[in-house]
Amino acid sequence: MTPPLLLVKDLVKHYRAGGFLSAAAPPVRAVDGVSFEIARGETLGLVGESGCGKSSVGRTILRLQEPTSGSAALDGTEIFSLQSEGLRTMRRHMQMIFQDPYGSLNPRMKVGDAIAEGIRIHRLARGAAVGERVAALLAEVGLDAGYATRYPHEFSGGQRQRIGIARALAVEPALIICDEPVSALDVSVQAQVLNLLGDLQRQRGFAYLFIAHDLAVVRQIAQRIAVMYLGRIVETGPVDAVLADPRHPYTVALRSAVPEADPARHGGRIVLAGDPPSPAAPPPGCPFHPRCFHPSRNERCRTERPELRPVGMQMAACHYAEITPLAVEGASSRVAGIA
Amino acid sequence: MTPLLEVRDLRVGFPTGRGAIHPVDGVSFTLDRGRTLAVVGESGSGKSLTALALLRLVPSPGVIEPGSMVRLGDQVLTELDERAMRAVRGGRIGMVFQDPMTSLNPVFTAGDQIAEAVRAHRKVTAREARDRALALLEEVGMPAPERRLDEYPHQLSGGMRQRVMIAIALAAEPELLIADEPTTALDVTVQAQILELLDALRAKRGMAVLLITHDLGVVAGRADDVAVMYAGQIVESAPTAQLFAAPAHPYTQGLFASIPTLHGERGRLTPIPGVVPPPDQWPSGCRFAPRCAFRFEKSSEPPPLLPAGPGQLARCWLHAEQPA
Repeated sequence: MTPPLLLVKDLVKHYRAGGFLSAAAPPVRAVDGVSFEIARGETLGLVGESGCGKSSVGRTILRLQEPTSGSAALDGTEIFSLQSEGLRTMRRHMQMIFQDPYGSLNPRMKVGDAIAEGIRIHRLARGAAVGERVAALLAEVGLDAGYATRYPHEFSGGQRQRIGIARALAVEPALIICDEPVSALDVSVQAQVLNLLGDLQRQRGFAYLFIAHDLAVVRQIAQRIAVMYLGRIVETGPVDAVLADPRHPYTVALRSAVPEADPARHGGRIVLAGDPPSPAAPPPGCPFHPRCFHPSRNERCRTERPELRPVGMQMAACHYAEITPLAVEGASSRVAGIA
Repeated sequence: MTPLLEVRDLRVGFPTGRGAIHPVDGVSFTLDRGRTLAVVGESGSGKSLTALALLRLVPSPGVIEPGSMVRLGDQVLTELDERAMRAVRGGRIGMVFQDPMTSLNPVFTAGDQIAEAVRAHRKVTAREARDRALALLEEVGMPAPERRLDEYPHQLSGGMRQRVMIAIALAAEPELLIADEPTTALDVTVQAQILELLDALRAKRGMAVLLITHDLGVVAGRADDVAVMYAGQIVESAPTAQLFAAPAHPYTQGLFASIPTLHGERGRLTPIPGVVPPPDQWPSGCRFAPRCAFRFEKSSEPPPLLPAGPGQLARCWLHAEQPA
């Protein structure tokens, strides 16, 4: 068996509120023990709502933030113990595409220089060859090679996202971490960028960690999916299996809440009550229990935290994962929970 | 019965160095009491500016062009003076916007802001206004409403803030509720709660709801009718079921082909090529033609809205030959 490209184990990221008065305040447990792996050329979709910790996972793996504990290895190299030179080499193999194509490009740097930066740092080409590579990259993401001499403000959101993709591709990474790469784009442009991301992966064979809140977008691009809630993965497995037969009630609710462009599918909606609890004070036992609607939920869920365990084709962190949480396509159901 | 809201040939102009542009260019529709009309479009389609124009809140230097007509019940809004119009805003028309954090005042409690809205349109004592605010918070499904009355916006979650906004919008018993991307800033599970709430309030109060959104998925479960906007114009309008069953305009068809789904084949998406051109570059003929796979000679002339199906109109010459 070939080792995974990325292996993440027990990743924890806690944030402390700032200021001396808050020293005694409990930390925000943004990521609270997350483990997963990604194979070469594969796409893992990491899904959840705001505050679930999905972006912190991506940023910590890239060392844009330091982890609280845990380990992550890229191609066998431990990421969290790397120092400056090793970190630089590692970043050649691991790149990021951000949500906001406006904020992630330096407004005073020409597009061509932004793309060439990585090529120069890692000495992948020199002299005139740099310009040729930039031109080829622009063409590869569907942009005119002449755009290299222009500035980011001259481009639309979709074009900027293409520039961000070209910049990530420039160093020929083995893994690209995408954090909500299409959520700021209009649907017609979103489809263009999603197709491009898929095409590039097929041609170049790199892997994606694809972080998003939109289940349908993740289904479009990922082979496997991991659903996060309050800093933990509550369900993971092949995307088709998880979406066809979700075993964790949160996945059921999340899938049911997706506003699908099909009136026939608006019958059996599960509307979760309340908001997700604060990651600074996660509930004891199963973190989902205050909002849970599973028919078998009981006292055990309030006291004993369920661990991820195999159920059918996937893994789910629910004591009663063998029992189907709810007939999703059935009659309309209004689900109450603690608000 | 005459419809509650009638919009006829609404045009909004902005002066530029090279003449005026019209980001809203001849929009007409009607909306009955107790119904929901969704206006759908991408950025730059003119959907939000249409909503602002109904409220006569077009940002300067934009103007509503002469010849535009907006009627609400017995009042022609386009003819009212600013004083009368102020009574309509937040009075006969309630408004809910995308971002409740910037629409709410951070230094007043939720209760104060709802009570203020109550007193702006009705002569009541402070005590009565507060009681009314509490009743409204209960009506919008706010958890622990008594406690929330005295909380500030930053103490509330995004979904709760949007409930406060809706309570404010309902304070004067509006006949029409305009909701501009009311759930775009919210998580999907919270979004579902707010959409369900808006629909329940519409049914209970018999309000008309004008729902402005970029998301066809939001429309599918909630609207009776849909108007699709592109480049300042309505390019298709239809009862919701009809629009989803048989979209008639190539732009609407392109939108559907662009949306990833949770069901069916996981094939490659079919995006609409190119981008929405800016208002000063709209073609003189069919505005969608440069991106359209079906364009033909006739596309160089501007198409009118043509019958395309039961209750369905499409601004496309492909439907010129069809029997209505």
